[in-house]
Amino acid sequence: MKRLPMKLIPLLIAACVVCLALAQKDESAQRKHKPSTYEALAEVPQKARSRTNPFEGNASEATAGGKLFEQHCAECHGPKAGGTRQGPSLLRTEMQQATPGTLFWILTNGVVRQGMPVWSKLPEQERWQIVTFLRSINTHRTTPEIK
Amino acid sequence: MAVRLSIPGARLFGRFRFCSFLLLIWLLFSYRSSSAQESPYIVTYDHYLEEPGSLEVEYFSTFGTQRGGNDFHAFWTEFEYGTTAWWTTEFYLDGQTTFSDSTPFTGFRVENRVRLLDREHFVNPVLYVEYEQTSAADKILKEVEGHDAESDFAEPNSALRKEHDHELELKLLLSSTFKGWNVALNPIFTKNLSPSEPWEFAYAVGASHPLALKALPDRCNFCRENFIAGIEMYGGLGDTHSLGLPNTSHYLAPAVAWNLPSDWTFRLSSGFGLNNNSHRLLLRWGISREFSGFGELVRRLFGGHA
Repeated sequence: MKRLPMKLIPLLIAACVVCLALAQKDESAQRKHKPSTYEALAEVPQKARSRTNPFEGNASEATAGGKLFEQHCAECHGPKAGGTRQGPSLLRTEMQQATPGTLFWILTNGVVRQGMPVWSKLPEQERWQIVTFLRSINTHRTTPEIK
Repeated sequence: MAVRLSIPGARLFGRFRFCSFLLLIWLLFSYRSSSAQESPYIVTYDHYLEEPGSLEVEYFSTFGTQRGGNDFHAFWTEFEYGTTAWWTTEFYLDGQTTFSDSTPFTGFRVENRVRLLDREHFVNPVLYVEYEQTSAADKILKEVEGHDAESDFAEPNSALRKEHDHELELKLLLSSTFKGWNVALNPIFTKNLSPSEPWEFAYAVGASHPLALKALPDRCNFCRENFIAGIEMYGGLGDTHSLGLPNTSHYLAPAVAWNLPSDWTFRLSSGFGLNNNSHRLLLRWGISREFSGFGELVRRLFGGHA
């Protein structure tokens, strides 16, 4: 079999970049026509919704959750969780009304077809810390200080 | 690099390398980024894909001992892009230095990983498809397949570079995370696209656990939550002509990943050969950085709106 000439590698990379750009465009177009990401909240199983947050109301855990949010979530959901083009706002009524168990389930399972990856790679306690942070910003509407 | 190129090809490749270097410098020092929780695995894959729109640039090195030949330092660069939340695509460039010999470019690989299920399950399957075009001088040992053995690498680079492989590699990535533990199993099926070559089989299995399951409120570099320790085992399982363990090589490799809040990840792994067909030592290390929003940037370059 004939070997691919070296000079084709830059062309291959350029082709990949164009394909990626088209994929992004296509995905954003799809997102516009898909049902709201918030609808995923309604699909959370009842058993998962009723789970309680072991760190509920703990300010220190909320601060740790804020640090994790900044590291893993802020890029898509915005530094103040107000949403960006890539991810929805986490300050809306739907989020305020969601139980801690619901938020934990969404974090764990993601909403893969809507662009939200699964975050089960974070240990369970770290996911609860993020939920604690989200609950705190939805309660006070002020972001706990991220150190 | 000991790659022989025609003059126009060399100029084009030189310009490409210069542009790539500028792009890397710009990415490293001016680009916003976010830290990911990277596993310590170097050979095994878990089921976690790149975040959509993020580009991860990774550099890995492998120092390998060689009986009956010269020790080597193989290296590769990976560009891993999260096309969607369920699809990650990756491009590799491989090279190696064999001590007292030469430093050839040894080929490239393109791989895609597709998540098969929308939600998390006890075992999560991901389909992995890779095309690679490498020479027999490729020593990165990203996977050990079929009847691969240490003696395959004993010849000088000038002889090894004459043989070129075009391979299709399929993996089923099975991975489970429970109480902080990740366990991953990858059955591997490889076909050299030359019709006379058989299918080759291999495996990689790994387990890992973070050193702390809870984050501290303060930002810190050396706190235990930033470290993940693990162990990998990988090796060949023969081919369609002779399936099984005879004449195969196997490795056991403890590994650790250090995920810094400043968005860098370091990995270190020491692989020990488990039989006489294996290299005695494969010492690997890697450094990577993730660039979030890269896809958005590219989209804007091609006329998309913010």
